[in-house]
Parts: sequence; C-alpha cells; structure tokens
Amino acid sequence: MGKLLGLFLFLLAVGTAILFLGGWWWFPESISEYGPLIDAQFNRTLVVVGVAFCAAQIALGYAIIRFGRKGNERAVYTHGSSKLELTWTVITAVVFVALAILGQRVWAQFHLDETPPNAKKVEVVAQQFQWNFHYPGPDGALGRTDRKLINDSALDFVGIDRSDPAAQDDAELTTLAIPVNQPVELTLRSKDVIHSFFVPALRIKQDAVPGLAVRMNFTASRIGKYELTCAELCGNLHHNMKSFMLVLPDNEYNELMALPSDDFVVRMGELLQRY
Amino acid sequence: MADVVHPAHGEVHRHEPPSGFIRKYIFSTDHKVIGIQYWFLALFSVILGMLLSVLMRLQLGWPGEEFGFLKTIFPTAAEGGTITPDLYLSLVTMHGTVMVFFVLTTAPQGGFGNSFLPIQIGADDMAFPVLNMMSFWITFLGLVVLLGAFFATANVIGPIGGWTGYAPLSALGEKAGPGQGLGVVLWVSSIALFCIASLLGALNFITTMLNMRTRGMSLMRLPLTCWGWFTTAVLALLSFPVLLAAGILLLLDHLAGTSFFIPTNVLDDRQGGSPILWQHLFWFFGHPEVYIAILPGMGLASHILATFARKPVFGYRVMVYAIFAIGLLGFFVWGHHMFISGMSPYTAIVFSVITLTIGVPSAIKTFNWIGTIWGGQIRFTTPMLFALGFVSLFVSGGITGLFLGQTSLDLPLHDTYFVVGHFHLIMGVAAIFGIFMGTYFWFPKMFGRMMNEGLGKIHFWFSFIGVNVIFIPFHVMGMSGAPRRYATHGNLEFLSNVMPLSKFISYAVFFTVGAQIIFLINLFWSMFKGKKASDNPWEATTLEWTIPSPPPYDNFAGRVPVVYRGPYEYSVPGAPTDFSMQTDPDEPKAAEPAGDESGD
Repeated sequence: MGKLLGLFLFLLAVGTAILFLGGWWWFPESISEYGPLIDAQFNRTLVVVGVAFCAAQIALGYAIIRFGRKGNERAVYTHGSSKLELTWTVITAVVFVALAILGQRVWAQFHLDETPPNAKKVEVVAQQFQWNFHYPGPDGALGRTDRKLINDSALDFVGIDRSDPAAQDDAELTTLAIPVNQPVELTLRSKDVIHSFFVPALRIKQDAVPGLAVRMNFTASRIGKYELTCAELCGNLHHNMKSFMLVLPDNEYNELMALPSDDFVVRMGELLQRY
Repeated sequence: MADVVHPAHGEVHRHEPPSGFIRKYIFSTDHKVIGIQYWFLALFSVILGMLLSVLMRLQLGWPGEEFGFLKTIFPTAAEGGTITPDLYLSLVTMHGTVMVFFVLTTAPQGGFGNSFLPIQIGADDMAFPVLNMMSFWITFLGLVVLLGAFFATANVIGPIGGWTGYAPLSALGEKAGPGQGLGVVLWVSSIALFCIASLLGALNFITTMLNMRTRGMSLMRLPLTCWGWFTTAVLALLSFPVLLAAGILLLLDHLAGTSFFIPTNVLDDRQGGSPILWQHLFWFFGHPEVYIAILPGMGLASHILATFARKPVFGYRVMVYAIFAIGLLGFFVWGHHMFISGMSPYTAIVFSVITLTIGVPSAIKTFNWIGTIWGGQIRFTTPMLFALGFVSLFVSGGITGLFLGQTSLDLPLHDTYFVVGHFHLIMGVAAIFGIFMGTYFWFPKMFGRMMNEGLGKIHFWFSFIGVNVIFIPFHVMGMSGAPRRYATHGNLEFLSNVMPLSKFISYAVFFTVGAQIIFLINLFWSMFKGKKASDNPWEATTLEWTIPSPPPYDNFAGRVPVVYRGPYEYSVPGAPTDFSMQTDPDEPKAAEPAGDESGD
C-alpha cells in the first residue's frame, strides 16, 4: 500500500508538471504593457511553486515508501530538531517575502503611475447585463451625465446631458473601441450592482462599483477584436454580460471618432463584422 | 489499560445518564451525543452539497442540454428539463453555503471537537453542557432556515449571490433580479443563526480547554487536536460576531429600507451606503473562516501521522506555535480577497505581503508532518492513508496561494477557476479528508465498532485520485481566463479549448461522488455489523483510548485520570510497548531523545 501511494505521489508531481507546461492551456495572448511583466512574475512564481510542490510531494512519497512498517522494528525516537526547523523557516520566509515584494512592481505601475495626459478617455458604465461605453467625441472631453436622463427606449443607457457643451459630440455604445499603441484611460462606474471589467488578453481586471468611479489605464499593442467579460457575479445572467474591445489602427480610430453619433453606431457595427 | 487511575487519586464520582429517550438522544447535554448529532448534521449537509455540485457539473459539461429527470426534481425551476442560469446560480450559492457552514465548520469542530476535546483533556463533559446543547439546536435551526430558501420562490430554486453574497446585489431585493427576494432573506437569517451557535460553541470550547484539564495535563502535554480546536474556537469567537453584525445590517437593508451597503443613486432613492463595507466585514470573518475549516484537520493530521508512524510528532512546540501564527496572521489578510474591489492600492500591498508570510507557518507544518513520518514504522490503516492524503492536498491547495496572494498575479487570476481550484483543494477537499480521517480513526470510539478496512482503502483511493483529477485542472482553466460563477463558458470564444476539459472534469466528479457510496455503505454497515472495537484498537496513547468504546456517560466512570507524559510517546526506547499511554505511571528508563527538543 505504501509503495503504491508513494508512486502515486511521484506521478502526481510529474502529471501536474505536464499539465501546466504542456501548452494545451495557458493564458491567452497578451496585448497590454502589463502583460509581459505579469507573465514574467507568473513564471518566476511558477518556478518557485513548481519546485516546492514537486519537492514536497516527492519527499512525502519517498518517506511513505521508505518508512513502511518492517516486522517489529521500532521507529526512531526523536522529538525534532530546532536547527532544521530554523533553517527551513528562514528559507521559506525569505523566498515568500521576496516573491511578495517582486509581485508589487507591476501592481504599482498599474495603479500608482500617473495616467499619461494624452490618454484617450472612455467612461465605462456597467449595468445588469450590459457594458455601456461613453465616448468623448472629437473634442476629447467627456460631457456631463445625469442618472435622471437615462432613457432606455432611446438607447441612452448613460444619461448624457446634451445641454452641456462638452456633451454635444459625445457618443455611447455597447462596444469598446480604442486606438492601438496609445494610452487609454477608462473610468469604471456601475448603475446597479458590482461588475468587473475583465479582458483576459489585457491581463487586468477591475471591479466597477456603484457609487465609485475607478480609473484604470493601459495601452493595447495589437490590432484586433478581444472578448470582454464580467468577472463579478452580478445576477442571473452574469455569464451573458459580454462585449468586445476593438483595438483599431490609428486612421480607423480617428475616422470613427470624427463621425456624428448616428454614423458612429453604424461604423462600429461594420468594424465588429470585419475584425 | 483498564486501571488507568493512580490509586491515590482514585475517588469515584459517577454521573448517571438521563433515562428518557428525548433527554438522552435528542435534547442531550452529553458532549458525545452532541458531537454525533453535529456529525450527522454535517453528513446530511455534505450529501446535499455534493448532489448540488453534481447538478452544477451536469450543466457545465453539457450546457443547456435537456435531462428528463430535472423536470421531476424541479418542476418549476427547470420546467424545460434544462438547468437555467437562475437555477445554476442558486445551486452555486446553496452548494457554497451548505458546504462552508454546515459541513466544513460543523463536522471538524462541532462534531469531533465536541466528541473528543473533553475526553482528551480528561474531563467528564464540556464546561457548559446546556449551552452546548443550544449551540447544536441553533445550528440545526439555521440549516432548516437555509433549506427553506430552496422553496422561497416558485420559479427560482434559491438565492443567487454566491456564498459571499456581495452587496448591493444581495441588499436590493427583487429590484436586483430573480433570486434576490425571500431566498436571500432566509439565506442571511440562516447565517446569522449559525453565527450565534458558533459563538456559543466557541465560548464553551475555550473555557473547557483552559479550565477543565485533568491532573498532569499541562498545556504542552495536550494532543495537537486540542490545540487545533482551541485555536479554531478563538478564531470563531473573534470573527463570527463580525459576520453576525454584517448579516443584521444586510437584513435591515433588505427589509427595513436602510442603506448600509447601498450607495447613492442605485436603482432606488437610498443614499450613502458602501458596497465595499460589506466585503470588508464579510472577509474579516471569511478569511479566518478558512482556518476555522482547516485547523482542526491540521491538528488531527499531526495526531494520526504520529499514531500510525509510531513516532513522536516532529517539533511539537513548533507545531503549536505554527497553529497560533496561522490563526493570528489569518486576521490580517482579509484584504487579499479585495485587491480588485476598488479599495486603495496601497492597502493591497500591505495585505499581499502579510498574506505571503502566512505561507511560512504553513510550510513549517508540512515539513514537520514529513519529519514525523521520517524514520517511522508506518502502518497503512485507512485513517493513516487519509492523513497522508491530507498532507498532499494541503501542499497542492496551499501552494497556489503564492500566486493568488500577489497583487499583480491576482489581476488576471481573481474570480477565475484558478481561485476555485485553490480553495476547493485547501479548504474543501483537505478539510473533508480531515473529516474522513477523523471518522475512520474515531469511529470505534464513537460507535464501539470498527469500520471495514478493505472498503475504507478503496474509498481512499477513489477519492484521492478523484479530487486531484477534478481540482488540479481547474487551475489551467483559470489561467485560460475562465470566470467562476458562470452558468456556461460556451459563449466565450477564448474558452473554446476549455470546454472539453470541463466535460472531462464533470465525468471525474460523477465518478468521485459515486465512490462516496462505498463510504456510506461502510459507515452504516459498520455501525451495526462491524467488528466490536477494543478500548484501544490503534494502540494509541491519548486519554480517549484509556476508556471503553463507546465511553460511558461520564467518560472516566467517575475517576480522575492523571497524566504523566506528553501525547505522542511512541517507540520510547526501553518501554515495554511502542506506545506509552499518557496515563502510564511507570516512568520508563529515560533514554535521551535523538533530537534536541524536549518531549513536554
């Protein structure tokens, strides 16, 4: 029985390594500036965790095989070794804290660095079970919004106040369009419950909390259409709360943003088909 | 071991059991009966929770497919014979709540703790027997109320909010959609009752262990099981009141129109509440809760590994300190559940560093478990197999915390299947293995008969292989980006290669759940037909093995046991047997231990 269990633990170590490193399932392709840094930190952690995991399972398996009962022999009588305890405490403490500190770098860059002033601004207004994106239009300034002006039948889910000069050229849509290789600043809001903005290809996730305006910025480096999902349980149709993020070449993006809001909607539909 | 009491202290004060059936078996104040009541409540709950997960896996493996039998079970919620998203999320919510509260918190502490803490410290009952009875019956009431949530609304089968019940979704009532009405009210009420019961239980455990230890039972002679239960009780005492308060505030938001968790301008005219406040309060409880579920199992694993390796626990003192360290640090890491919640990113950095340091005492425990069996003479009984499985699962489940505890890696991994895999291995399955090892180990003492070893071993193998095959692949699903609490992943293109894996996992779940029938057969067959158990069938050293199986009503038949040594004196050189009972008065010729730490 002991041999079998020991062998199973060896197999567990090898099998898990193959599952993780086999390449069948991995993060989707990364398209933001945080992606490579997060991936590097993940890989660093994977090495530490992988070695510790395999070492622990194999040591356990080895002990199980080696120290099975032999006749009436007695076990070694020992209550432990302070020297050993101290050694492995210090080693794990150093490794774990080092990992924790290394893990803060991308975090700090994502959350604490200033948003570049030229960042394209988009307001994200989440609601059950839909993403709304409020675009500033050619003037680059987001107009005022008011909850009382929300009019679902006119497809105004954000409540843009057209009396505000900055809001004259604003547009809103349920798809996110951004330019490639240019910084973007999203302001996340929610109209009802907590949602979470998650584009796996960006490697980042941020809750949209009612009552808060949470900012996040990133730069997408590859043209294409990427799925956007909600990562916080928001009600019965949570899994249906999906949309797309279109990363467009400069000219297409600029053309799109220069359109009056009705044409904007039509063009976005065409772009969604194309990508 | 019949005469375990030193003649000088041999005065006898017998307590007679009550005679009526109701006082003896229903409203009993006997800790052993209450322990068994808790244990059966957990057994009922775990079967229910498991069946809910089978239905969830049916939907995840075959999204939207029609199954005729569903119409029979859920005539309104699954009218078409398919699991609707509403039904799926109700199953998620009820599965989580039933498992976390009524299984993982109930069996290891209420079940085994009640049954064996008083005996292991040489007491004839808990400090407050009536309070103990109340704890159980309030827990029972909590379960009944929770089950009521299944029937709260006609077309939805229960609340939709996950076991974490994030506000404002859980606070707004039916405005927030189906499954947010009466079901949520019953769900919160059930949790509030559970908090009260756990609080009473915790007071009882702490008092009992500190005040009722028998002669010679110094703190450093306590079995590690007792340290596990004690620390768990301290955590429960400090964390459940916070959840109770949060639950009451949520109920008020729900029923009385207050606005603790509902911010301005959300669906109605209330103002000024904070959704993030709910998360702080919930996780201030929720993180210690993880340790409430696992610490008794950690104590028990040490106990069983020493017993069947026939070796003293490696580094007993360090094990005690590590349990304390985990318990203490467990109160300062709740924020790692909230990195992406919108709270200050600076706070997140502090929570992250503390979170990774909690890995240190956890690693110490793993080293010492391997150290305990190193150089042993391992007897591969069923409880020992489950204890070894526990160590393996503890490693697999705990180590992925090193990813999730890092702020930056939480950005992609938060709320994906990576998290689901992590907490199922560490808090779910490892703790369940703790319950299994306790059951196989103490069954002879609880019911007076042995469980069948052959069936036990088959059960171990099927379960151990099964849980690894189910939960390790969850991690790569999470890396691929699969969000949790999704009724299906089929509508996301980037997850198309995850779907076959998901179906494979569903098969593994059906197999593993099916294998639990072996356990149930073994359990009930052994209860009535098993081989009669001797007083000390495992040749173990602690006090519960000095008295008959099952023990008499007053445990030590009115005598006061006297303790002469530490709890894990196995293979003492020169001793007549390879186990020296804690109550053996004859000091064996003291041979110097090979290690440099003293025994007690």
